[in-house]
Amino acid sequence: MALTPKEIEAKTEELKAFIAEHKDVDGPLMPIMQKAQDLFGYLSLDTQELIADSLGIPVTDVYGVATFYAQFSLTPKGDNVISVCTGTACYVKGAQSVLDKVIEILGIGAGETTADGKFSIQDTRCLGCCGLAPVMTVNGDVYGRLTPADIKGILEKYQG
Amino acid sequence: MNNVTLTIDGIKVTVPSDYTVLEAAREANINIPTLCYLKDVQQIGACRMCLVEVVGGRGLQAACVSPVSDGMVVRTNTEKIRNSRKTILELLLSNHNRECTSCVRSANCELQALCNEYGVKDYPYDGERSETTLDELSPSIVRDNSKCISCRRCVATCNKVQNIGAIGVSKRGINTTVGSIFGRSLVDSPCINCGQCILACPVGALHEKENISDVWAALHDPEKYVVVQPAPAVRVTIGEEFGLPMGTSVTGKLAEALRRMGFDKVFDTDFGADLTIMEEGTELISRLNNGGTLPMITSCSPGWVKFCETFYPEFIPNLSSCKSPHEMAGAVIKSYFAEKAGIDPKKIFVVSVMPCTAKKFEAKRPELGHDGMADVDAVLTVRELARMIKSAGIDFARLPDGEFDKLCGESTGAGVIFGATGGVMEAALRTVYEKATGKELADVNFHEVRGIEGIKEAEIDLDGKKIMVAVAHGTGNASKLLDAVKRGEKEYTFIEVMGCPGGCVTGGGTPIVTSKELQYVNPKVERAKGLYAEDEGKPKRKSHENDEIKALYEEYLGEVGGHKAHELLHTHYTKRERYAR
Repeated sequence: MALTPKEIEAKTEELKAFIAEHKDVDGPLMPIMQKAQDLFGYLSLDTQELIADSLGIPVTDVYGVATFYAQFSLTPKGDNVISVCTGTACYVKGAQSVLDKVIEILGIGAGETTADGKFSIQDTRCLGCCGLAPVMTVNGDVYGRLTPADIKGILEKYQG
Repeated sequence: MNNVTLTIDGIKVTVPSDYTVLEAAREANINIPTLCYLKDVQQIGACRMCLVEVVGGRGLQAACVSPVSDGMVVRTNTEKIRNSRKTILELLLSNHNRECTSCVRSANCELQALCNEYGVKDYPYDGERSETTLDELSPSIVRDNSKCISCRRCVATCNKVQNIGAIGVSKRGINTTVGSIFGRSLVDSPCINCGQCILACPVGALHEKENISDVWAALHDPEKYVVVQPAPAVRVTIGEEFGLPMGTSVTGKLAEALRRMGFDKVFDTDFGADLTIMEEGTELISRLNNGGTLPMITSCSPGWVKFCETFYPEFIPNLSSCKSPHEMAGAVIKSYFAEKAGIDPKKIFVVSVMPCTAKKFEAKRPELGHDGMADVDAVLTVRELARMIKSAGIDFARLPDGEFDKLCGESTGAGVIFGATGGVMEAALRTVYEKATGKELADVNFHEVRGIEGIKEAEIDLDGKKIMVAVAHGTGNASKLLDAVKRGEKEYTFIEVMGCPGGCVTGGGTPIVTSKELQYVNPKVERAKGLYAEDEGKPKRKSHENDEIKALYEEYLGEVGGHKAHELLHTHYTKRERYAR
């Protein structure tokens, strides 16, 4: 969801306060980045520069961590976040073909957001409902025992 | 520091207890191969090339990060070790662009050398490869990730030594990438073009943006009048490219080689250096007498200037307004020389041979020129010039000594030492002392500003008036110095900063010394020795005694620091964003 300038300002202030509290503890980078990810839904260049300058490290260090862990995103999330589980159980039950179908329909890759900002795709690890494998969630709604043929209908519900 | 005694391959060696196994082996004349290790810059045990067996220890250990201990028994040359090193090389090659014949680092590549040593003959692990990019947008540096082995030596250099952090490591596994953030080009990063990353690279993943073909084209163009000028540091570095010992001064051979290549005039950037001292010395005295911004900071190093513009813009008023020596020389060649020789300056093509990659960026700065002409048209690194000399069939090492051409070819010892850290400071002090006091210097040597300590300072007595000066080399040291000035802990009148550690003699455009050699020799020291020896042997050692410089002012420029001098020899600076939005 696109943030208004006012929201960005408020969230930036919240992040600054969090940094001030955490910058002197051991290993402050990860918790600060997680907080920023929670606040903004992604880590923009502005956010990464703010974190880097506050901690006195190069932006390249922040960016290195942001791209190392799948939990961090570099682009804003769409209005609807699709998470396709590619954990072991889902994978053996055909999660890849489900993910491929989502990718095919939306025309974006995993970790990306559609140009109109409506959808983002994430590949995630185990969601904890292996009995329903293969599983995907849209904004937290769980869809199980999927086949590629189910995907079109599910996505249409969220087209809005 | 206590000493410990250990046994490596049956040889007993006693070393300080803070040594690593790699360092101890060196003392025992045992070479342990390395790739990610770079003395004084990076020791992270990542590449695993330096694996050794510690008797009683578990598995193989990385010698570069294994501390020595008393009674330790180490083996570096077992079948298991040789096999594992060979496997590591085969794995590296499985994801490496193996265009060795056309690679700029062929015959000077650490990976290639090790593959030869370990008899790697085929590629058993070929399979998936990393996606790669070729970034040629920077005017100074080309990054070819198809050759990168992710050793991170460039990253450590950019980040820890230079305090810039333009490049880092991102993603992971086979997607691991070394480069700028968000897949940007170096040109869209805070890169200062110093090229220290090129010197750190063991392979051909980083090299200068070549201008060789531009220079050959100019030389072959009958309409162009092609003038060349080599920087001070070139004369004590280019010999290495032809097998001469490090630091050998080859000034005469260099002039001769340039003439044989077909340049119409062979001038000298050392002349420009003497000219710089005239203007910069006068600027300092004027700032001192007229309450100008102090400390004044030198502006010869384009890597440093961009660093200042990007990371310390509050010090822009402190930067001397003087152009760098080769830009001054270029401006004079296209005005004074052109007029004297009766040549249309628009036909003159000025080539600078520099120990520097940032000079390529500097030459393209729009403010460095006049009447629609750039002061300098092309910049070659020392390595590029060596390649051109080789391809011209010139037997450099056996050349007789040649001379620089008159008018812009004379230089004093002061101009020569510009190439070493502290050299500009010393050259300036020689002239400033005599100009400010009206007295002759009893001793022209300012030993306190020489040497390779990161930050040097000295109190200079200008006949009763005492000034504090400081010298920093490498932008990491410059940061420390400027931070101390900002905090008010230090007060100086004059500061010299060179962007590269060691100054120009170890600039990003100089011959590459392998990490193995760097364990034994220090090019910062050896190459500077060549310059100081040349200074010592010069009949004139103060810039203001240079007869061609005197003639330039008398016949053309008028007053030092006067109107015409300002028009041709001075410049201005711009605050820069680290990342353009």
